[in-house]
Amino acid sequence: MSVTLQQPPALIAPPPARTPLARLRWTLADGWVMTKRNMAHVVRAPEEVVIYFTLPIMFVLVFGYVFGSGMALPGGGSYREFLLPGVFAMTMLYGLGATATGVAFDVDRGVVDRFRSMPMARSALVVGRSGADLIRAVLEMATLVLCGLLVGWQWRNGIGDALAAVGLILLLRFAMTWIGIYLGLVVPNPDTVGVIVFPAAFPLTALSNVFVAPELMPDWLGAVSEWNPLSSTVAAARELFGNPGFGGQSWAAEHSLLLAVGWPLVILAIFVPLSIRRYQKLSR
Amino acid sequence: MTTSDAAIAAEGLRKRYGRSHALNELDLTVERGVVHGLLGPNGAGKTTAVRALATLLRFDEGSARVAGHDVVTEADEVRRRIGLTGQYAAVDETLSGRQNLVMFGRLYHLSPRQAKQRAEELLEQFDLTGAADRSGRTYSGGMRRRLDLAASLILAPEVLFLDEPTTGLDPRSRNDVWDAVRALVAGGTTVLLTTQYLEEADQLADRISVIDTGRVVAEGTADELKARIGGDRIEVVVRDAVQLGAAATVVARIGTAEPELDADTRRVSAPVADRMAALTDVVRELQAAGVVAEDIGLRRPTLDEAFLHLTGHQAAANEETAA
Repeated sequence: MSVTLQQPPALIAPPPARTPLARLRWTLADGWVMTKRNMAHVVRAPEEVVIYFTLPIMFVLVFGYVFGSGMALPGGGSYREFLLPGVFAMTMLYGLGATATGVAFDVDRGVVDRFRSMPMARSALVVGRSGADLIRAVLEMATLVLCGLLVGWQWRNGIGDALAAVGLILLLRFAMTWIGIYLGLVVPNPDTVGVIVFPAAFPLTALSNVFVAPELMPDWLGAVSEWNPLSSTVAAARELFGNPGFGGQSWAAEHSLLLAVGWPLVILAIFVPLSIRRYQKLSR
Repeated sequence: MTTSDAAIAAEGLRKRYGRSHALNELDLTVERGVVHGLLGPNGAGKTTAVRALATLLRFDEGSARVAGHDVVTEADEVRRRIGLTGQYAAVDETLSGRQNLVMFGRLYHLSPRQAKQRAEELLEQFDLTGAADRSGRTYSGGMRRRLDLAASLILAPEVLFLDEPTTGLDPRSRNDVWDAVRALVAGGTTVLLTTQYLEEADQLADRISVIDTGRVVAEGTADELKARIGGDRIEVVVRDAVQLGAAATVVARIGTAEPELDADTRRVSAPVADRMAALTDVVRELQAAGVVAEDIGLRRPTLDEAFLHLTGHQAAANEETAA
């Protein structure tokens, strides 16, 4: 090794941010660097991408064909068309598993020590993770919609409403990403994260309007299902896509659009600060 | 020198984990532009001290300034002025060497152009150009450590923390790291180096603080400490235990202190001043006295013996505080 270390006199890092605006700027800039880092990981491990996109494709094909062919809606209409917005949202929900696992492995690595000893924004690692996962979610969503169209699903209210529905589903996913980040930070062992995510996510998908009408469930289960954030998003998406839905008499069912925006914002308001605080306290 | 212009000035640092003290009133002053060794066994608190000074760990009591700034209240100012290379390589092992250095440069808030340029310079200097686009996972241990060191030097830090930088490296890689450290110090960087190896501290450090159970128990230049620890020892193992006394008389004449006797292993040992002269003298005089030796040897004091001398007890085996 030829160690003739030249000192770089021109390399003076900008001073730390003093104003809230400057801090926000660095948070976004550093978060973007970390987003690109996560995307570079994906590029360097293409086999992960294949596995990653198998789940949405499988969900649409299995649920679309198997259930879609054999079930009928009480109020008439195609069960497959009814089902797919639910499958879209459900797949997005399961995405939090990949987020949690990724975060847990990340903080387990030595590189986090370097990040934490550098003058970068303290929240950049988790902000970057949420950015990268949102980009992944957009690609996943595109895959889902494409597969949906292949099995005969379609939107009936025009492209504007359809995009709004996709936006709502992505908003839910973004909120779920932050729950995933928090889980990844709280669980001490990365290997256990994958194990706890499924039992946490599965009841959330089953106790919802994805497969059956909450009105057909026992009263208390029906109420849980109707107030489930996933149900609000799915009901609002069905409405915007112009796909058949259940309607329903409860306040939650009648205000699904409001709740589809409100629930994710509430989740974000809780889990973003919680995750950032948790990350900053790691190994202190 | 007042402590305010020292590179590192720590006073009364305490860090408790449950009932054990990882740091127990640690005081440390490091002048600018020197290599300061922090020498101690596993669990002595070396890594805890480095993590506290590098803003990674909040201590319970005490105060510390690094590169002129308080590590608690001015952490960001400190982080702009330090580099840290730990026991394991703190780089992203999925990314390539080049991607790592550009990313860290960007996170130091260099412009994209500056970050790329600096990455190229460092790859060149650390002989990683050939492997620049390979994933860090494919690097050898020595290459990974070099990449790690390069990442610590993106901004030419005022203070560089090296936490056992050569642990687990082969001799050639270890020499590379030592060369890099010397070159850096020539450029004006202050280095705080932790090590378990007397030899490494001896090679690199201008001053050494010996640390045990979370506090500094001795401090000085390598020569000063060696004088306190004692230099080489000569050791004689006799074939027949009855000749142990005769051997001890010979060794006592040549050694610089009372010989130590161990009847179970038929061993006599004593510190000596001039190693080669002592060896030939002992061989000759044992022969003259008719003592049959099974083994005669010279050896340096081990770190354990150094600790026994400096602390009055065996190097503590409280591994759980090593983190």
